[in-house]
Amino acid sequence: MEDFDGLSADQVMTLEAYADTIIPGERRGPADRAVAGAATGGGAVASGAVELMLSPEGGLAGVLDSLAEGLNEHARDYTARIGLDPDPTVPPFVALACGHRVALARELLAPGHPEQELWVSLAMFSAMAWDTGAHMHTSDAMAAGHPGLTSMGFMPSEPDGIWRFPRFSYGRALAAIHPRTTLRGDPE
Amino acid sequence: MTAHEETDVLVIGSGFGGAIPAYHLAAGGASVVVLERGPWLTADEFEHDFKFGSSSTRVFEFTMGEGMNVLGGNCVGGGSVVYFAAMPRAPQFVFERQGSLGRRMWPKSITRESLEPWYDRVAQALPITQSSWDDVTYAGGVFAAACNHAGRTANPVAAAIDTDLCTNCNWMMSGCKFDAKRSLLLNYLPAAVDHGARIRPLHEVQRIERTPEGAFLVHYTVVDPVDYRVQVDAGVIEAKVVVVAAGAAATPVILQRSEETLGAMPPAVGRYFSGNGERLNTAILNEDRVRDVLGLDRGDGLAYAANQIGRGPSAASWDRLDGSLPEFSRYSLEQLYFPPGFGTILAQAPDAEGPSWFGADKKEILRRWQSWLTIFIMSEDDNEGVFGPPPETGNADRISMQMLSRGNLRYEPTAATRHGWALADADIRDIMERDGLSRVMPWTNEVIGAYTVHPLASCRMGDDPETSALDDTNELRDHPGIFVTDGSAVPGALTVNPAFTIAAIAERAVPNIVRAAQARGVDVRYLGSLPPAARVSRKAPVTVTGP
Repeated sequence: MEDFDGLSADQVMTLEAYADTIIPGERRGPADRAVAGAATGGGAVASGAVELMLSPEGGLAGVLDSLAEGLNEHARDYTARIGLDPDPTVPPFVALACGHRVALARELLAPGHPEQELWVSLAMFSAMAWDTGAHMHTSDAMAAGHPGLTSMGFMPSEPDGIWRFPRFSYGRALAAIHPRTTLRGDPE
Repeated sequence: MTAHEETDVLVIGSGFGGAIPAYHLAAGGASVVVLERGPWLTADEFEHDFKFGSSSTRVFEFTMGEGMNVLGGNCVGGGSVVYFAAMPRAPQFVFERQGSLGRRMWPKSITRESLEPWYDRVAQALPITQSSWDDVTYAGGVFAAACNHAGRTANPVAAAIDTDLCTNCNWMMSGCKFDAKRSLLLNYLPAAVDHGARIRPLHEVQRIERTPEGAFLVHYTVVDPVDYRVQVDAGVIEAKVVVVAAGAAATPVILQRSEETLGAMPPAVGRYFSGNGERLNTAILNEDRVRDVLGLDRGDGLAYAANQIGRGPSAASWDRLDGSLPEFSRYSLEQLYFPPGFGTILAQAPDAEGPSWFGADKKEILRRWQSWLTIFIMSEDDNEGVFGPPPETGNADRISMQMLSRGNLRYEPTAATRHGWALADADIRDIMERDGLSRVMPWTNEVIGAYTVHPLASCRMGDDPETSALDDTNELRDHPGIFVTDGSAVPGALTVNPAFTIAAIAERAVPNIVRAAQARGVDVRYLGSLPPAARVSRKAPVTVTGP
């Protein structure tokens, strides 16, 4: 687990566990408790989810501590409801097994949940970390083998950092055009 | 009283609705000030970069509402800078739509036929280019071939793009760094500046008041160029005529906030919002079936795997743009691209055992992202959007430094709207799942509600004062001298990309604005000229702030 200014180790671990629920990844090592290891390859955490949540541009940084506490509060409630016996050495959300994390996340993200908007925001930052690596310049992220962009097969730029695709078309008619198309090519 | 700047015409917003009147009024001799709340960027500042703080977040706005989320431009040039530049004319039947009113929505003076000369002017000015199959991207080609395989038709889509300059980079939503996209930065706006118009970026209009003499005082704040949440200055400009073109998600909010000083607004201000009936589906293509069933091959060993390549939409199916079909069952289906992030978060995994839009199943479909094909539905919604009370400033409360804000638009899709979406979803499945070509899922509406990149109708034209805020000259009812010329003036969903129609209506409105300005003592004429087309977007003038 990395060290992030302004957040306690427990808070970071909790946020990582949530991000890993959104886009799961493989554990960073045998001692990794935040990442559940539910998928192969790096997930949202390895893609920079907490870095993105903390970015000053994003607007979430100031409330991350309370979001982490909120997740753990919901996890305590969930644990009691389901009748689980959590590991007290890690934060309650982290103590949940992967399937329970998913079940709780589904509750929090469901239409009608009073805090849905909060948890959707946190989920979006988690997803965007994987899909875009928006805490980094995209060229740098590609060069560093960013797990999300790499897994998606995002094609790299040309050496000048600009994307160009000179081949882009099958170059032939592939359907009859609509019979009520005007000479200019618009619908009638 | 504090001295303040004066101008003949004050234009709020610099997208199609603002840039077009600004050019014509300046060319005709009026003094014109354009206040634009976003920054002024040009080609060399548009970046290929997802990083927060790059042009992708500086020029783009994502306004979350209750049940409706609006994506649009936030920069000089407005939507024209960030859009995909697909420019079809709206079909004839659209202008005869009744929605749930039981009478024609549009003013009787506007039909497709009466709008044609105004469309022609915009087509010449931008310019818009008719597309051929050689211009259709791999993604558009796959969609067209699948339509053909299903016994449907498909058309290349006309676009305001110079394909000789286009690199098919698909970074259009961050602004075009090649000046291939024929945005307003290349025609109306530089021509307006050449005629003396003053364009002020980062100036956000908050409210309008009327002076005892019948002029208008337009109150603005100046926002920080990096953190749009921070206001660094404020001011007032006096104008004889005001053109409101802040976009359909902001124009009604400015007018609502101005009620205290202008007097009551027509009841249709902030009502009848339409999301253009928009909805997205993602097809995850089976590359082998694309090759075997459709006979497609890129020539490099791949059948498709080209989600990333292109320039937004290039082909569309217009089979359901049929005026003989009942209302709420007509729509176009357009191949589209959204970059990762916007284009991935709401997509759902087919047959997911767990959650469909996040989790392990979602990650698996993301691994096949290059084989995704996004299909865009533009249908007939029911104008069910309503704006709540305006926030303290702007059109929404800003969450992030840039791009993300939370507004007061409420939208609960009616059965009529959902009926159209269900028909279109089924149609897409029929086309795209035939013979195992792909698996298709609509984007979920359960996470943030519905979404649109084409907000419309929140301050609409019409003949009935109860259900339209503007008369057929685009003048705000009961508030002479205030005109609304952006997408909010369009009465309802268009079933196609609306920018061309918005621009044509703005062109059509200009002679009316000129007459109103003349009546208020402004020495201005309607010349009917068109702006020269520039090849390169120019730098913003150095003096970009207020007096």
